[in-house]
Amino acid sequence: MSDTGGGSGKGDASVEKAREDFLSEAQELVDGLSRDLLLLDQQSRHGESDPDLVKDVFRAVHTLKGLSGLFGAVRMAAVSHELEEALDDLRLGRLELGVRVMDLLFRAVELYGLLLLAEKGHGPEPTKDVEALLLGLGQLTHQGEQGPQNQLAQYEIDSSVLGVLTEYEEHRLRTNIKSGVSLYRIRVQFSLSTIDTALDELKAAARPHGEIITYLPSDAGSDADTIALEILMASHAEVETLRAALTGLSLTIEPVKRRGAGRSSAPVPPPKGPPSRLALGELDDADVAQWPGDPARQDALAPLPSPAAGANPPPTVPPAAGADAAGANRDLSLRSVSQTVRVDIRKLDNLMNVVGELAMARAALGRLTDRVRSQPGLRPLGIELHRLQRTFDRHLTQMQNGILEVRMVPLGQVFEKLARVVRQISRENDKEVNLVITGAETEIDKLIVEELSDPLMHMMRNAIDHGIESRDERHLVGKPVVGTIALNAFQKGNHVLIEVEDDGMGMSPAVLVDTAIRRGLVSPAEAADLSPRDIYNLVFLPGFTTKDTATDLSGRGVGMDVVKTNIAKLGGVVDISSEVGIGTKITITLPITLAIISVLGVEVAGRSFAVPLANVEEAIVLDEALVRNFDGREALTQRGTTLPICRLARLFDLSAEAGADTRRRDTRACVVIAAVGNRRLGFVVDRLIGQQDIVIKALGKSLKGVKGFAGATELGDQRVRLVLDVAALIEEVLATDKERIGLKEGAVAR
Amino acid sequence: MRRVLVVDDSASTRAIARAMLEDESFAAPLGGVEVIEAAGGFDAMRFLPRGAYDVIVTDINMGDINGLELIQFIRKSDRHRETPLCVISTQSTERDVERALLLGANDFVAKPFTAEALREVVGRLLAAPASGEGTRSP
Repeated sequence: MSDTGGGSGKGDASVEKAREDFLSEAQELVDGLSRDLLLLDQQSRHGESDPDLVKDVFRAVHTLKGLSGLFGAVRMAAVSHELEEALDDLRLGRLELGVRVMDLLFRAVELYGLLLLAEKGHGPEPTKDVEALLLGLGQLTHQGEQGPQNQLAQYEIDSSVLGVLTEYEEHRLRTNIKSGVSLYRIRVQFSLSTIDTALDELKAAARPHGEIITYLPSDAGSDADTIALEILMASHAEVETLRAALTGLSLTIEPVKRRGAGRSSAPVPPPKGPPSRLALGELDDADVAQWPGDPARQDALAPLPSPAAGANPPPTVPPAAGADAAGANRDLSLRSVSQTVRVDIRKLDNLMNVVGELAMARAALGRLTDRVRSQPGLRPLGIELHRLQRTFDRHLTQMQNGILEVRMVPLGQVFEKLARVVRQISRENDKEVNLVITGAETEIDKLIVEELSDPLMHMMRNAIDHGIESRDERHLVGKPVVGTIALNAFQKGNHVLIEVEDDGMGMSPAVLVDTAIRRGLVSPAEAADLSPRDIYNLVFLPGFTTKDTATDLSGRGVGMDVVKTNIAKLGGVVDISSEVGIGTKITITLPITLAIISVLGVEVAGRSFAVPLANVEEAIVLDEALVRNFDGREALTQRGTTLPICRLARLFDLSAEAGADTRRRDTRACVVIAAVGNRRLGFVVDRLIGQQDIVIKALGKSLKGVKGFAGATELGDQRVRLVLDVAALIEEVLATDKERIGLKEGAVAR
Repeated sequence: MRRVLVVDDSASTRAIARAMLEDESFAAPLGGVEVIEAAGGFDAMRFLPRGAYDVIVTDINMGDINGLELIQFIRKSDRHRETPLCVISTQSTERDVERALLLGANDFVAKPFTAEALREVVGRLLAAPASGEGTRSP
């Protein structure tokens, strides 16, 4: 942390907050940088580069540099500094955008990620990488800007305009003039309260026709509610075309005249002279000589009169349509441009927890309401209560949905990273791969997105390494030389599906079975019984790999089994299908949010529990005849495998009262087969109630020490149920079996 | 209470400037400092007509209206033509700083700035003889 604070407690807290702001702002900048670079990369392959994009990239790095310096992130500041230099050359046309530069830029983005992690204390300082990148950036050579510099003088641009252009804007102006386009002056008035949207409209309409150089606010025509802007735009279009494009927006457009073509009255400021000349044609050299850049002398210079004010009367602007609206929006005009807030996701978790709490309170109220309604004398009161409760329900649902919505982020966030990875891997691998993304806007829980990048990245590596054939092979079989990986995301009900589909060589069932047998993962007898789907699922077994030597790319000790486990942790499932010679498709099905889970309601000894559906493989009717007893452990022989089972009633000591009835033949007990990773366990329950989506609520303090429950929920029937923590139960039961989980019956009865 | 308008499109830069300027050790001797944040040129345009400020601190490189344009606008406006103004800039943009000073900025702070550097400049501008429109009545 740099020396930023002052000492008082309040100061420290706000510095700490500023630092948090810094980390998330830096992260956003890096994400934006990554997005822009990918676009730029595409463009540069077609020999283009959008100056706006280059500008955005520069600005992002420039801001990062300022921020990291401000917050004492030394390495990040150093990287940003070098990067900024290179980008400055790039945007000012002194450096050409080629593969080498692009590579360095991409590496810088990766490095920023590592540096940010280190800043957050989640990773080591990537010292080596920093040095390597700095070296690479230092080696970039740039060419000087060629071409005549004085073409600005050909145009009748007020010195008051030229004087306020930043170095970059001036460069863009020169570049545009050099390429022979026309300059236009657009005058427009906006209401301050609606300027953001109005300006976006204008930008969008103008964009296809050229480049906006600058927005100059003008005092004339601006007041408390409106702002008059003079926009300088470079365009290859004729003025009529431009007028037509910007029609509907209340503005005036006029071409900036070339000197010589018309009459020029004012003296032309020399464009490459000292900046003071550009800004202040009227000031003489004696004034200018006062600017040594010496801070000590600055006091004497303050404040200068505006030189151009008198010389160039501001243009009169026709009243814009926005002016009326401005009056109406008087109160809005003080609002900040930014309408977004950043929220720590834990705060949303807390809110969701409160919603869960409310749902339980509602359940209790509901029971009370029912009791009131059942009292003959109190019936009208009961009905009143019931109506109130319905309103309460509705708002509770709205609140829940509202919070869920806030947690949602577009999958595009992780897809962008993947695009980078694909680019890199295919290059390392000397394969050409086109990643086609659809549904990047599909939204999913923020926490899920965070956990998705590793599994997806691994799938990408697999697809490129094992799936896509080499150029020659593809050519031989008549496929396009460039391979394609399609990354599709879409929502289906309460789930989000992500498909990764490659057009590579596919997987042969025979090879898969053969490999699995060779590695001892299945016996030849078992293999004979496998369905086609089972065969593809073999790749999810730990230790499965079809290549004998792991390559640098895929064989990093992480197999598809880890992908499957990671996805399962998120409550998702992975499916795979393949066709030899056509390609492979892997589908991930994920819940939209982690705050709501699907559960299977079960009944044990008259009490109900919920089992997270993500852990449930299937439910079967218990055939007591198939139960075997090994050393006091019960197990079920099922389809040739042995499945340990656990009678929940016994585990929870609930077998006494109601249990006796339900064990009779009228309702046959069921086995819910639950699995976490490769460990499976059958829970014996009396009855299945059905499937439901629930908001899970963390257990209160009194139950915190109790193992075996993930939380509590309310199933819509006004009864609170405990949600089984399947992973903990499997662990407990398989490890010590007989040992009772420390659960008191009272806790369950509640 | 002295009012400082900070114009910068980086939220954390605004936040750190606020922390530095509102810190008791700096603010108390001045009778308190209130930092008003504007998230860029346009946002500043919204704040300018509404209030009076003792000092305006602005970034130069901003996406919409750049800092130079903002300074020119401020110096032309009746209300703020005399408000002390300081620009924040990186060393690499000397030419832009020069222009800012020519356009009427009173001082500049190089980014990244330390608490001392920012306080020194803002403190000096606050101490300068009060300008045109009094701001003691918010």
